[in-house]
Amino acid sequence: MPTVLKCHPGIGPNVTGMALVARDNFSARYDLDRKAGIFSRPTHALAGQSYAGRILVLDQAKGGVATAWMLHEMKSRGIVPLALVLNRVNPILAQGAAFGGVTMVDRFEGDVTDLIRTGDELRIDPAAGTVEILNR
Amino acid sequence: MRLTDEEQAMLAGAAGEPRRWAIQHQIAVGEFFDAADLVPVSQAHIMADTESLGEAGIRFLESLAAAPETERRVRVPTLTDPRGLDFQTYKRLGQTDAMAVLETCAIDALKAFGVLMTDTCINYQTILPPTHGEHLAMGDTGVVIYSNSVFGARSNFEGGPSALAAALTGRTPRYGYHLDERRRATRRFQLEVQPRDLSEWGALGGIIGRECGSYWEVPLIEGVDEPPGSDALKHFGAAMASYGSTALFLMSGVTPDADHRDRRRLAGHTISRADLDAFVAAYGAAGDKVDVVVFAAPHLSLVEMAALADALGGRKVHSDTTLLVATSPEIKHAADRMGLTRRIEDTGAVVAAGICFYQSYAGEMAEANGWKRLVTNSAKLVNIIGGYGYRPTLLSLERCVESAITGRVV
Repeated sequence: MPTVLKCHPGIGPNVTGMALVARDNFSARYDLDRKAGIFSRPTHALAGQSYAGRILVLDQAKGGVATAWMLHEMKSRGIVPLALVLNRVNPILAQGAAFGGVTMVDRFEGDVTDLIRTGDELRIDPAAGTVEILNR
Repeated sequence: MRLTDEEQAMLAGAAGEPRRWAIQHQIAVGEFFDAADLVPVSQAHIMADTESLGEAGIRFLESLAAAPETERRVRVPTLTDPRGLDFQTYKRLGQTDAMAVLETCAIDALKAFGVLMTDTCINYQTILPPTHGEHLAMGDTGVVIYSNSVFGARSNFEGGPSALAAALTGRTPRYGYHLDERRRATRRFQLEVQPRDLSEWGALGGIIGRECGSYWEVPLIEGVDEPPGSDALKHFGAAMASYGSTALFLMSGVTPDADHRDRRRLAGHTISRADLDAFVAAYGAAGDKVDVVVFAAPHLSLVEMAALADALGGRKVHSDTTLLVATSPEIKHAADRMGLTRRIEDTGAVVAAGICFYQSYAGEMAEANGWKRLVTNSAKLVNIIGGYGYRPTLLSLERCVESAITGRVV
């Protein structure tokens, strides 16, 4: 039986993919080289790592309003996280996910950056508000 | 969410495709945040620089802007945040003609909605300051935190698509800082130090924002000796919003909604001179070659423009250093008229209108000009610009100017 984590109902389609986890925050403008598809902010816990096609598991949404456009733009080029899983998002990330059609969930029981490990295979059902860890 | 008959009709497409898209987007966001309904707004403010929009975003705007005029016109006064490019200065800054073409397309689309191209992040100082209790859909974190905190108005961070949606429907989902229960302090900070200049007000905002670390935290700040004034609160709020995603602060003796009922239940966190100095020192680089000195983020007020002209005092900027100043088109016109622009540009500096540096292809500008070390008096900018490959240093306006003139970090 996979582990099932409950969260608040989220945004976007059901997806299955590999987790990339850090206890750090997220802003598309502040943290990413969106052309190369890597975390570029030197002080970010995931600096240098590729995010394309991964399910990002992070703490909070940070920074400016640009992420609301940027997820849509990143998706149009196919260099975009498969999904965003956070402890708590701000309106910008929710608006960006809704506009870009990117799967996003938040508000878990417990710290999601502890509950999920890098490399875990996850199935996210935003409408149901569940994240399944398929490998354990 | 509870919808009125008019909102139901919009959702069914009776008011045209732009408004159908807009309200559908607002319902998705509203349901995510458990909003009960939509609340009418009196102004919207759209962040739509072309670097963020990309070609995909511009195509989206153009597709909505192609609707018949009655279906695409905004329903409330709608302003714009800084743009990606100033047509007067872009070549000097290493921006390209391709960027200028994208910019023209975005401007044409926004104008088709009836948007007023104010191109500024200080609209609360220069265009139409909000009033207490007014519900807004503001699209820049610095504008939101200032409007909520200093005026006691009510807005969430509204990203470009959501601000456009609010402009088209005349309303926004009622969640977050539209609600009384969200506008109470959750953290308390006691100042043992008074910031000495705008860069230190920004540093203080950065410290509190970093400590709060969430959109949903509301800091109460105590111990401010004197109301610091609009430009200090501008830098303070912008930095707090940048470091912490914070959207509302309460400051005893300064902001209208500071409520001391919450004081006793909140543990106080003190901030000292050593904390401020350590924040600034983390970006220190004394003696390093300076590639670019930037006064922006937020746009300079007329008073800051005058202070900069005075500090430069007619001296020349070092030949290996670029000094860039970004303000709003309104302030640029005023500065032109009062001779401030000429006094600043005679030193070799560039005064740009309607861009705010970090929203203006900062990565491409760094590559084109070989810029690495950036000096600024904006704590917000030092927080943002590292991701674009810059090494930022935070200094007072006067020390920024000395660094520009000597070509070394002072």
